[in-house]
Amino acid sequence: MYDPASALTGLQAISEAHPENAAIQAAISALADIATDAKYDRAELTITVAREDILAACRAVKPVYNFFEDATAVDWYPSEPRFQITYHLLSLSLKARLRLIVQLDGSDAVLDSIVSVWPAANFYEREIFDLFGVRFSGHPNMVRIMMPEDWQGHPLRKDYPVEGYR
Amino acid sequence: MSPALAPEKPFVKKAEKDFADAINPGVKDLIADAARHNASSDASADKTMVINMGPQHPSTHGVLRLVVEIDGETVVGLAPDIGYLHTGIEKTCEAKFYQQVVPLTDRIDYLCPMTNNLAYCLAVEKLLGLEIPERAQYLRVLFNELTRIQSHLVWLGTHAMDIGALTVFLYCFREREQLLRIFEAVSGQRMMTSYVRIGGLSLEPPLDLYDSIRTFLKEFPSKIEQYEGLLQTNPIWMSRLKGVGYLSPEDAIALGVTGPPLRASGVDFDVRRDMPYSSYEKFQFSVPVSNEGDVWARYIVRMQELRESIKICHQALDGLPEGRIVADAPKIILPNREQMKTQMESLIHHFKIVTEGFAVPAGQVCSSVEAPHGMMNYFVVSDGTAKPYRVHMRNPGFATLQALETMCKGRLLADIVAVIGSIDIVLGEIDR
Repeated sequence: MYDPASALTGLQAISEAHPENAAIQAAISALADIATDAKYDRAELTITVAREDILAACRAVKPVYNFFEDATAVDWYPSEPRFQITYHLLSLSLKARLRLIVQLDGSDAVLDSIVSVWPAANFYEREIFDLFGVRFSGHPNMVRIMMPEDWQGHPLRKDYPVEGYR
Repeated sequence: MSPALAPEKPFVKKAEKDFADAINPGVKDLIADAARHNASSDASADKTMVINMGPQHPSTHGVLRLVVEIDGETVVGLAPDIGYLHTGIEKTCEAKFYQQVVPLTDRIDYLCPMTNNLAYCLAVEKLLGLEIPERAQYLRVLFNELTRIQSHLVWLGTHAMDIGALTVFLYCFREREQLLRIFEAVSGQRMMTSYVRIGGLSLEPPLDLYDSIRTFLKEFPSKIEQYEGLLQTNPIWMSRLKGVGYLSPEDAIALGVTGPPLRASGVDFDVRRDMPYSSYEKFQFSVPVSNEGDVWARYIVRMQELRESIKICHQALDGLPEGRIVADAPKIILPNREQMKTQMESLIHHFKIVTEGFAVPAGQVCSSVEAPHGMMNYFVVSDGTAKPYRVHMRNPGFATLQALETMCKGRLLADIVAVIGSIDIVLGEIDR
């Protein structure tokens, strides 16, 4: 069964624990100046960056983690920062995945769009906007993608009921 | 239409303006661009028009709507408009116990339910830190490959039918029927199997099923030759596929394309081989890759994948280890019926799992598998309770659809039909 003590926190601890792992070392060296937090848990690397650094972080890791898999959000309502925007990036050459995380306050849920770095993020950012109400500045077409145009509210927010009336 | 979008020289006719107002703003941008293009150049004025393809067009496989801007019969712009099938499954998952999500995953991509089951269960098992017995892993591989064959048969049949070859469609569904009977025998269901469960599998396959699978695998190569004989000697099929819908490897990577379309563009990446799961590292198979990047290449790659899947199924059957099909975790896995009737402990576990679920240690994990349509990821967030806090599905079709415009631009309107067939579209996974 899972042992919570196996999780590592902090760039330095992760780097020291996996000196031979090229994918981890590449991610850590690319984001050493930008990362605010890092976690290695269940063989997955997660790096947190500040909201204003997301574009810089994406550009820094792109030479190695060249494939954009997906972006999604987690709503930690009523905690703050409320929204966690999660990007999964893949290195096609090193066969490894990196998870980038940005945390946003519910009152100011705006983030830079990364469509200029990965065109594949286009639909995913629209989906996050539609279902969570997080806006992406600089997105070429920030409109709903799943719900009807005149839909009220953002269904994947935790304060939006699963069934019944709002 | 907002003032910013209103062109100086709008779509002239009132009916067209009404149409532009009626559709959603995502598509309005495209129309506004077309209108600006019309307004800016007298020479090209009124040269292009915007038409609707779908959501009920037979080639859009259900509920995909494409807003296509054409110049004569040449496609100059294309915007997919999705969401017609949006069921809110990700939201529903948050209200269910972990084990109750499995039947929902069947309904995401209804052509490969077992692959969806597996992707989700792998994520929850990673959260739990469960070890799965080797027999269960081999059976998961076996049924996943049969699912791939089944899904590719639907692709081939419907793709051929889109182009106009009806016989292949009937033949493919004839073979698919055999596979659905195998799925029914093992899980009780033809389509929504829910066969893969958290911690293992729902049932031990009946012994005579292995013979049915072997019989199918023995006959199937000759059926593939039959399809190829029908299609590859057909001049219409060849001319509709070759050189159509080109996607460069750079574009494929930039647009997040995965699976056969990615490999048909020359990028050699397959999750089964490169990031193996469920004992795939023990199987010998090759990953078909083509450098041509067109509809024809996607056809060839999938046809070769069918043959590779047969190889993997044979290896899974020949090397199938003895043992249990579920992990040793009585608080997570339902006891079998006999134990439940005779042992008090088992009855208590059964009652508690069904009524209260089981708590999963807090954390965030992502599991990825190679589905018939491409890379399928499940991102599961646990807050330590018995219900998933968040389940996000990365389904291949959603990203691949973004590449549709790149593939169709500059081609004829009729080529869109061939391209949609070649990306093997399933709207259930795109809209979720």
